[in-house]
Amino acid sequence: MKTRIFVTLKNGVLDPQGKAIHHALEGLGFDGVHDVRAGRMIEIDHADSVTRADLESMCSKLLANMVIENFEIEQN
Amino acid sequence: MKAAVIQFPGSNCDRDMLVAVRDITGADTQLVWHRETQLPSGTDLIAVPGGFSYGDYLRSGAMAARSPVMQAVVAAAGRGVPVLGVCNGFQILTETGLLPGALMRNSGIRFVCRSVGLRVENSQSVFTRGYDQGEEIRIPVAHHDGNYFADDATLDRLEGEGRVAFRYTENVNGSARGIAGLLNDAGNVLGMMPHPERMTDPVHGGTDGRRLFAGLVEGLIRQMA
Repeated sequence: MKTRIFVTLKNGVLDPQGKAIHHALEGLGFDGVHDVRAGRMIEIDHADSVTRADLESMCSKLLANMVIENFEIEQN
Repeated sequence: MKAAVIQFPGSNCDRDMLVAVRDITGADTQLVWHRETQLPSGTDLIAVPGGFSYGDYLRSGAMAARSPVMQAVVAAAGRGVPVLGVCNGFQILTETGLLPGALMRNSGIRFVCRSVGLRVENSQSVFTRGYDQGEEIRIPVAHHDGNYFADDATLDRLEGEGRVAFRYTENVNGSARGIAGLLNDAGNVLGMMPHPERMTDPVHGGTDGRRLFAGLVEGLIRQMA
């Protein structure tokens, strides 16, 4: 079973990478881009016995830094 | 006196740190590999050096913070053993929760590698007692993720408690309130992005880092007495 985990910076936390990507997009001539925030997607292939609570625990203990990041768990 | 320098795969300032600690403090200093589950018995001082532990995978310091040896470091810090984290070591200490906040990508995106000015904001700690309050010193930085972040309430509390040890005189990485070095609430854990071990000999171009280690040994001897 595969689960995708999206780790993103919390609102209000400055994202220098997103800002640089934004500038690069503008440099390529893409107009109308208001803001860019960069994050990370982690795909986990796991046994069916792994619960949502387990996945949340993986996120808060390692995959996300809860000081600056949020996570979303996407299970199919 | 016994000191331990923690060594991870990807550490690259471990040897410089070992030389600085050993030569300036005179401590019996050992490298301790990340797979160890305990520190040498009687360890009086722990240094977590700079580098790119575990290739900075996931986040700088994230993997190292979960390594076996760091559980022993956290336990030792809880017993009051001084822990110095420099650069990647600072990142690791925030990831373990020994220090609050997080170190993010530099606001200017670029890796910053040069000497910077620091103001000593707290000269009362075991690490900073060799400096004068408000003194300006020069220490090199070399990092990509040195942009200190914490929420405003945390920053206010840290400032109020005198836990900002060093502040940049010019903000080279976007750090909140120019924070370059931070103490824990008990004052026995210091994390800092600049590298004091790289300013300990006249051939380095300066010796401002030397007093951190010299002050540390005096403080420790005083504590033991």
